[in-house]
Amino acid sequence: MICPLLGPAAPDSLDDGACVPAPGEHLVLTTDSYVVSPPFFPGGDIGRLAACGTINDLAMQAAEPTYLTLGVILEEGFPLRDLARALQSLAGVLAETGMRVAAGDTKVVERGKGGGLFLNTTGLGVRRYAADGRVSSAQPGDAVLLSGTIGDHGMAVMTRREGLRMEPQILSDVAPLWGMIRELLEARLPIHALRDPTRGGLTSALCEIAAASKTGIRVRERAIPVRPPVRAACSLLGLDPLNVANEGKALIVLPAAAAERALAILRANPLGREAAIIGSVEKCPAGTALLETAIGGERQLTVPLGEELPRIC
Amino acid sequence: MIERRMADLGAIQRKLARRLRFMEVCGTHTMSAFRSGLRALLPPEVELLSGPGCPVCVTDDDYVDAAIALAQQPGVRVATFGDMLRVPGREGSLEQARAAGADVRVVYSPLDALEDAQRAPSRRVVFLGVGFETTAPAVAWTLRAAEEDGVANYSVLCAHKTMPRAMSALLAGGETRIDGFLCPGHVTAVIGAAAYDGIVRQHGIPCVVAGFEAADMAEGLEMLARQILEGRAEVEIQYRRAVERTPNARATAILAEVFEECDAVWRGLGVIPGSGLRPRARFAAHDAARVFPDLPRPTPRAPTGCRCGDILRGVMTPPECPLFGGRCTPERPVGACMVSSEGACAAWHRYAPPPCRRTP
Repeated sequence: MICPLLGPAAPDSLDDGACVPAPGEHLVLTTDSYVVSPPFFPGGDIGRLAACGTINDLAMQAAEPTYLTLGVILEEGFPLRDLARALQSLAGVLAETGMRVAAGDTKVVERGKGGGLFLNTTGLGVRRYAADGRVSSAQPGDAVLLSGTIGDHGMAVMTRREGLRMEPQILSDVAPLWGMIRELLEARLPIHALRDPTRGGLTSALCEIAAASKTGIRVRERAIPVRPPVRAACSLLGLDPLNVANEGKALIVLPAAAAERALAILRANPLGREAAIIGSVEKCPAGTALLETAIGGERQLTVPLGEELPRIC
Repeated sequence: MIERRMADLGAIQRKLARRLRFMEVCGTHTMSAFRSGLRALLPPEVELLSGPGCPVCVTDDDYVDAAIALAQQPGVRVATFGDMLRVPGREGSLEQARAAGADVRVVYSPLDALEDAQRAPSRRVVFLGVGFETTAPAVAWTLRAAEEDGVANYSVLCAHKTMPRAMSALLAGGETRIDGFLCPGHVTAVIGAAAYDGIVRQHGIPCVVAGFEAADMAEGLEMLARQILEGRAEVEIQYRRAVERTPNARATAILAEVFEECDAVWRGLGVIPGSGLRPRARFAAHDAARVFPDLPRPTPRAPTGCRCGDILRGVMTPPECPLFGGRCTPERPVGACMVSSEGACAAWHRYAPPPCRRTP
């Protein structure tokens, strides 16, 4: 609904970030707002999420994160020490990634008019490598790699909210992915497409790649890593781990011949220890993602419709 | 394990040298067969049809119109399971009525609706009682509680249905040609497997009560085929961990106490005598059909081209409907089978892989 109202957009602006032409440089711009409830959850908080979400959107455009703008919307009465805690975790991630805050803004809204703490971050990145990670660039003959387990973030937030105690506790995977992606780019791997499976989970990310590149993507359910407590919590709440959000995982699509090298690089990184080759890109059925199920059958992956998702990012 | 069952099923079919058509009559079976990928593993000459097993899909248009009319009355709140929200009636759906100001609330249990009524005595709360023998006991319980505790503002608009008579009616209609029923695990846990004895006797086709895992369904299908191969027609239970031949005493007791049999209208199947449940006279004060006498009368409506009825009877598969995927999609459904997440059309649309020659 919103896009048509805004007039002509920059090229690629429906990817996670847009490359803005600037003399001599390829700049990538992205923005995101964070409204997660609760703001502190096992494994992370809204500050860490706001930094990682934007860094990862830039990383998925093969762009090195440089500067960040930060918008803070605070509901009257939100404890300032909680605000400080959230901003400290944001700053920690920026320091780790070498990104700096370039501009900021803070607004306070009346009590009852906001959900405690909302953040908005806009990130500026520079594309220094040959790859661009655009989802439309996946090609038949490519392999699909996933950098680790799925469902951790969404289930960490949801189990906290539902008061479910899982043993072991489920921690959000929220993490900045630029370091790991840079290692792949520096190894000059011929990366075609990059996507972080955030809201809508792995299902949405695979469907988007298939639709944008007009290819058929086949993944194997057995190859997709899911932690046992995540699987258990999903089955308790009637959710499919494939549709649950992640905040520290990447899908990497590149020619099958380069897949093993990419896998070795991913697994050598602490964020990619459980990386796996989960499937392949084929010609047909164009625009569709298919799942080879655990019992060896096959079904189409489709983005869940009109499901009322609580605020998880 | 599943592969071996499918191989055995294929071998039996080849021995019989004819196409085998089995029907499940349970929304959870429909979904499980697609989600697990079981359908893709069926031998080519074995067909699994989805019958009238999704409670939303078999609910008649007139019921939706009545529910909307209730929700539009001042001081009345309609409480419903979420699946009913988007089912199109003659003039839109409950969801559209809600957007236009009608009071419609999604609940996860009839108990939520009863509690809602207790909290606000000035508001009349009507729960939409839709579903088979699995959901009816909880609704019966709220009716009894409302009667005993004098919750005068709680009522149920009842469209509960019972399964075995619908299965018989399908076969008696003559159009539906099937070789066996894969009977619903949850419904049978309530009514007991002996409820299908009449079908087996009268129509001579096998019935197997199956669980909901892919492995359960695969075993159930193989048991059906084996009965045909051995010239038997019996009621067998695959889902032994939950189902017995005898009914669940507590559930059937409350059903019998609160409800009596009535004729019911099934979308696509028409009126099936004795296949519905309505509150007994003792609970008339909580029966919305009696409490609100001015509900809209059933009216003939302009044909939409929707073939839900043929799909529910198993005489057509969803992609054979001219509207499927074109005028009728989960985003803009024409028929109920596309609305409910357990509907055959919705499941087909969502999960069936599009045709494609596999690249080597």
